[in-house]
Amino acid sequence: MAEALIGERAALDRSVLKLPEVDIEVFQGGEGPVLLFLHGGGGLQADAAFLRLLGKRFRVVAPSHPGFGGSSLPLWMDSVDDFAHVHFDVIDQLKLDHITLVGASIGGWTAAEMATKNTSRIDRLVLVSPVGIKVGPVDKLDIPDIFAMAQDKVERLIYHQPEKWRLDPAKKTDEELLTFARNRETLTLVTWEPYMHNPKLKHRLHRIDRPTLILRGASDGLVSRDYADSYAKLIPGARLETIPEAGHVPFLEQPEAFVDRIVRFAGR
Amino acid sequence: MRVWHFSENAYPYLPPAEEYESVRAALPNRHYDPVKGAALYDRFIDEWLIAEEEGLELMMNEHHQTPTCVDPAAPLVLAVLGRLTKRARILILGNPIANRRQPVRVAEEMALADILSHGRIEVGFVRGVPYEISPANSNPVYMNERHWEALDLIIKAWTSHDGPFSHEGRFFHHRFVNIWPRPYQQPHPPVWVATTTPNGAARVGGRGFVQATFLSGNRMTPEIFAGYRRGWREAGRGDDVPIDRLAYAAFIYTAETEEAAHAGAEKLLWHIAINKIPPHFRNPPGYASAELNAQVMRGTAREPGLPKVVSARHAIDDGIMFAGTPDQVFDQVKRFYGRVAGFGNLLMLGQSGFLDHADTVRGIKLFAREVYPRLKAAFPDTAISGVGDRAGAAAT
Repeated sequence: MAEALIGERAALDRSVLKLPEVDIEVFQGGEGPVLLFLHGGGGLQADAAFLRLLGKRFRVVAPSHPGFGGSSLPLWMDSVDDFAHVHFDVIDQLKLDHITLVGASIGGWTAAEMATKNTSRIDRLVLVSPVGIKVGPVDKLDIPDIFAMAQDKVERLIYHQPEKWRLDPAKKTDEELLTFARNRETLTLVTWEPYMHNPKLKHRLHRIDRPTLILRGASDGLVSRDYADSYAKLIPGARLETIPEAGHVPFLEQPEAFVDRIVRFAGR
Repeated sequence: MRVWHFSENAYPYLPPAEEYESVRAALPNRHYDPVKGAALYDRFIDEWLIAEEEGLELMMNEHHQTPTCVDPAAPLVLAVLGRLTKRARILILGNPIANRRQPVRVAEEMALADILSHGRIEVGFVRGVPYEISPANSNPVYMNERHWEALDLIIKAWTSHDGPFSHEGRFFHHRFVNIWPRPYQQPHPPVWVATTTPNGAARVGGRGFVQATFLSGNRMTPEIFAGYRRGWREAGRGDDVPIDRLAYAAFIYTAETEEAAHAGAEKLLWHIAINKIPPHFRNPPGYASAELNAQVMRGTAREPGLPKVVSARHAIDDGIMFAGTPDQVFDQVKRFYGRVAGFGNLLMLGQSGFLDHADTVRGIKLFAREVYPRLKAAFPDTAISGVGDRAGAAAT
């Protein structure tokens, strides 16, 4: 379905929400039921094809987490759980309801934290290559340590085709490089210790009472198949689907397949 | 001027650099032979004692998971020296308090070392080099904020004597702080802080602590010390900044002939040559500012790290090394003193790598006997740093 829509721009409009404790940059566009997209550690690419495609079926709301993109970061915030609380403020301020909540990587972690707290405004949950739980042995990191390996190795774990997606600073503006550096800093702040997880989260996932789809790229080198399976088993009724020829960011590498899965899951 | 003999206590018996990815953080400790390591410690402690006999003050530091400095618990070595020495001041530079989980424990360790040495310790606090982050498992973001909260809490723990107080800060939480022993020196041991930037130095100057900078050379040191003086004056401490508030660490090797001195000096550069570190340990996200990291990606700025040095001659030209005959070393220090508008503490990196015991001791003794007296006479501790600052400011 999605292929024909590529290039037809469903532009997302940028605005800044003044929330009680933080200013949050949010991109919005499209028509239909609400889809709240929570980005991963690389930050939000507001011009990405998958957001345009989603905008054909949904009203897309895509905020930047505190400390990412154009969102501020108060000194007291230092966790993904803080992000979860902020996004409830976003939901309130924008009066969002019947939400399809989609989160990728640490955005998936954020979405899972939110869904363990309050699902009254959330109809369904899609966790894309989510991190946030610790299920493996004590002497092995569940997620490979991206802070202790060369950047090209990190890229090989993230992408199915790393050579296609590798960051080329020469093609970026100074502002984009600054955002990239700031995003990495905030990612470090919230994932350093405990590394990429909240030890409490796996004990809370049983509370999630909405249909849940877990999507994983088949070539994901960060979130293993076993890890994604564990996530699915911890959430009542959750289903795991795999997207071929994609790594940790299937929405970038396979936007049509990604959107297709979400559209079918949401019954759109 | 006071001069401090500084040994990093390196373990130099390493496999070829091609065989490992990083000398810091990740080099397996199977390469450390405990018997050789113990012999090295005997030797390094002897060298500190000789330096004391020769009239120098003593300095030590701390690093983790690295052969370049096999002292991951500097307070232990501080305590050892506190008992073995009799006269020298002993500077620990320093405690990596942004990487320590309990500042109050650091306050206790320093107070105990002050008691053991009968009030001869000087307590330095350092942010720590970026490759300390992974070994400490310490979040590289907000290090500076943690550093200053910890420093203030430590000083409060040293100087509060009327029973427990509580601390509920942004990073540290203690409900019951009441350290025993309290420091020997009153109100507390002298405090040093190491910084690498003019703004960081200004903050140290504002507090009046001793500011130290390592291997920052001809190019960066003048502005760092100027930053200190600016902070000192802006905080209302007066126009005159005593030179004893400023410290500089450089490689130093003195010998009877220039050739012998340069031969020894080249061996000191092991410290830089061995420093093979991949970017992910060299510059973890959050250690440097996002602005600097953006410039590094653009290729218009260098990430934090040791200076690039190819030879002793080059190091001398850059002001990170003072080496030669006693006359040459005196002249080099004097020139650097002029360049930075005055400093009162010289931290002498006088041993590194394969510089053996005999050569190390020769360097210490010749410096202490032939250079140090002249430095003390030329740059008395009562001298003022930055005398020309105001004239210079008026001229511009």
